[in-house]
Amino acid sequence: MSAIPDPTSEPTSPASGSVFTAKAGARAFFEAWPPMVLIALAWIALCLVVVAFAPQIAPYDFLALDLRARLIPPVGMGGDWAHPLGTDELGRDVLSRLIQSVRVSMVIAFLSTLIAATLGVSLGFLAAWFRGRVEQAILMLIDAQAAMPFMIIALAALAFLGNSLTLFTILLGFHGWERIARISRGLAIAAQEQGYAAAVRDLGASPWRIYFRHILPNIASTLIVSMSLNFPEVILLESGLSFLGLGVQPPLTSLGNMVGYGRDYIQSAPWIMLAPAAAIVITTLAISVIGDWLRDRFDPTLR
Amino acid sequence: MTSPDLSAPATEGETPLLSVRGLARHYPVRLPGGLFGRPGLLKAVDGIDFDLARGETLGLVGESGCGKSTTAKLALGLIPPSAGEIRFDGAPAPAPARQDAAWRARRRRMQMVYQDPLGALDRRLGILDQIAEPFAIHAPATPRGEARERAAALMDAVGLRPDMAARFPHELSGGQRQRVVIARALALEPDLLVCDEPVSALDVSIQAQVLNLLDDLRARTGFASLFISHDLKVVRQMADRVAVMYLGRIVEEGPPETLFRAPLHPYAQALVAAVPVPGRRRARTALRGDPPNPVDAPPGCPFHPRCPVAIARCATERPPLLRDAGRAVACHLAPASPAPASPTPASPPHAAVSAAA
Amino acid sequence: MLRYLLSRLGRALVTLVLIVSAAFIVLRLSGDPAITILGPEAPPEAYAAFRAAWGLDQPIWMQYLKYFGAIAQGDLGNSMRDGRTALEVVGERVPMTLAITLPAFALNLLIGLPAGIFAALNRNTWADRAIMAGSVMGFTVPSFVMGLVLALIFAVKLRWLPSGGSDTISHAILPVVTMGVIGAAVIARFTRSAMLEVLGQPYVRTASAKGLVWREVIVGHVLPNAAIPTLTIIGFMVGSLVAGAVVVESIFSWPGVGRLLVTAVANRDLAVVQVIILMIGTTMVGANLAVDLAYGWVDPRLRTARLKTA
Repeated sequence: MSAIPDPTSEPTSPASGSVFTAKAGARAFFEAWPPMVLIALAWIALCLVVVAFAPQIAPYDFLALDLRARLIPPVGMGGDWAHPLGTDELGRDVLSRLIQSVRVSMVIAFLSTLIAATLGVSLGFLAAWFRGRVEQAILMLIDAQAAMPFMIIALAALAFLGNSLTLFTILLGFHGWERIARISRGLAIAAQEQGYAAAVRDLGASPWRIYFRHILPNIASTLIVSMSLNFPEVILLESGLSFLGLGVQPPLTSLGNMVGYGRDYIQSAPWIMLAPAAAIVITTLAISVIGDWLRDRFDPTLR
Repeated sequence: MTSPDLSAPATEGETPLLSVRGLARHYPVRLPGGLFGRPGLLKAVDGIDFDLARGETLGLVGESGCGKSTTAKLALGLIPPSAGEIRFDGAPAPAPARQDAAWRARRRRMQMVYQDPLGALDRRLGILDQIAEPFAIHAPATPRGEARERAAALMDAVGLRPDMAARFPHELSGGQRQRVVIARALALEPDLLVCDEPVSALDVSIQAQVLNLLDDLRARTGFASLFISHDLKVVRQMADRVAVMYLGRIVEEGPPETLFRAPLHPYAQALVAAVPVPGRRRARTALRGDPPNPVDAPPGCPFHPRCPVAIARCATERPPLLRDAGRAVACHLAPASPAPASPTPASPPHAAVSAAA
Repeated sequence: MLRYLLSRLGRALVTLVLIVSAAFIVLRLSGDPAITILGPEAPPEAYAAFRAAWGLDQPIWMQYLKYFGAIAQGDLGNSMRDGRTALEVVGERVPMTLAITLPAFALNLLIGLPAGIFAALNRNTWADRAIMAGSVMGFTVPSFVMGLVLALIFAVKLRWLPSGGSDTISHAILPVVTMGVIGAAVIARFTRSAMLEVLGQPYVRTASAKGLVWREVIVGHVLPNAAIPTLTIIGFMVGSLVAGAVVVESIFSWPGVGRLLVTAVANRDLAVVQVIILMIGTTMVGANLAVDLAYGWVDPRLRTARLKTA
């Protein structure tokens, strides 16, 4: 089979040209910033604008009913530009609802990731500082958390704890902390064995100073990369739970929640469901692309 | 003549800054052999005594693995001893186990210079911030401006240009990095500075500069120093007194001039003989073999398997470190104590080594 | 080896106990099931009787100990809704869930492994790019979106398949394909990177430089070594299949354990939820244990270590 290549003929990165030309410059630029990454960044930038200015951007209030204009199809499926993405069963503008949903989902995912990172870093550092029994206990927690699909834990916890938005966000903050804890524990232990942390300890610095002023900045790039890989998972989790009706509750709306309610109209008005579904896929795709790119660029050691 | 307490180093009246008695550090290890490996005891440091007076520099020499660095960490209280006592300024040292506030406060008075300066510095902080860090730790009330001013003065004192203040460690040369470490260590004017192989990672051309700097600073600020090196020339230049370590014990101690001119212990003789002397061809006594595994330290004198002059007694009885007139040696064949207080005692082992070579 | 086995088993058990405890704590400390089940207007005597009947009037630690004692005896409590044992209620759903998850798992492997291997061996060709583009799906398309899109196409538009229910074999097709395709994408991507890692190793180059036929290099050296990291992801896949089943069964009205969990959670049927969590936990811990042991079987380094210590 000639289709099987010789593994030694892997493409090697092109030798950096000694002569600078516009073409080489463009090539170098796209090597550092691949087009996919640029598109992904653009999408995320758009999302951030939406998050910041949702009420100003949205053409209608996301709760505004218009019973005369129910189930209007979007542009391209027989609708007009008054409702570019159509309306839902109550005549609410899908685009406005989508904008609001992106905002809610992104904010929840961001806060949850932040919680996971804080929790993970704190527990990882505690394990690294105390070692011994504390470390064993934390490692056990990590194992237990990793052994259970988080969806199941979240399902049980949510239905029994009730459905406030705060609680939901905190609960999602428990997703992925174990990976961050594992990473920060490993990195902190490595740093302790290395000189700079030991040297600062020998100076008489408090654990607080050692971990948060010295070790944390030194491992921040790895942590940020692993947070960026956690973020899309939280979006998927949030939308999954909201889809099942156990996450964000009406009248508030999120991407999963929109898909969940749109599902009932899959026959007559599939656009209600398709618009938020596309937003979920594109957003998670964009963040994954950026996360992978960050990882390759800043931390090739992370798997 | 012999002092009543043979094991105690001679003290000159006042309390020594650092006083170490019977210091030992053992590590339980599992010998190779998988599940059936028997547990062993690695005696990294196995019962040493020494005193360090204020302003004095004690050099510790020996092959790698002889316990020099462990001794340094024990003396600083960075690791807990398995046995023995360390008194700093007359008081017992705080236990290093918990690294509590008392332990941390003690760091102010004892500092360390590391072998690898790049590893000892935080790569993400500018060097001025790092030199100023001891102020933030031990004198948090110091205004930021004053701390930076004092750090700048320290940079000047160790020979770093002011324009380097914002640089990061990787932007400096090895010698400059070591100057940063020294400046940081001296920021709070410690009483004791432990230097663990401070120049062995540096280019030979830079070594002398850093050593001169240390010597200079010591003359100015008067800190006492525990100076660890495998390099006899370096120790000779820096130390007021030298202790030779072998397998976790001190085998000989004395002033550098006499010790290096006329070593008493066969191991010290071998070390001295191994130093090349320009312009002089001397028969070298190469040490045979490697130091034994400290887990399986031989009975009797630890040096006897490699000793060219060992007698039967050396294999069974451990020679104590006997002190006399500022010198001390742990060897059955050393001039019988009580020895005549002559500065250059007749040294049968030395003669024997020369003959054997 | 026995030691390794025992320590693994011990850790698995501790994990299981932690999972059960967490489930217990979350479920018992959150709201009063008496009010949930009987409604807020029931007479106080009814509440008291209900609590006494379910042991809810005892201190929480007593309930906890009793709970473990009961589990040890195989008594997992009764469903608060219909009075049958929870084990029975859950048990009758298990075959339905297995009926879609096992074929889905097979589909994962049958598509994912060959696709990943093929992509790695044809790195940077259009085939590789197409496979990788497809596999991105596994990470970015949630199962409910995939399920709904498939339902939209094949049930609503084309009307080839039913969109929900469990009466015939054809009802199982959409759920199986939904879970199968997503998992296959994840496995393909992971297999490819494991293969590439191995292909870049010096010993592979040495083997091909020695003049071994390339096919022999792949079969003899690359595949066994790439299998080691791929195993981990398969353990992880079991978890995502379980989580996927919850969503997919809800979409397609498939009467399996996942849908039961959603309704039990909505109805606050404590015993049933606990049984399901215990079951999923055991499955997961068992899967991870199996992966760990399979490691020892596949990884020659562990194998020789075992010989030395045995």
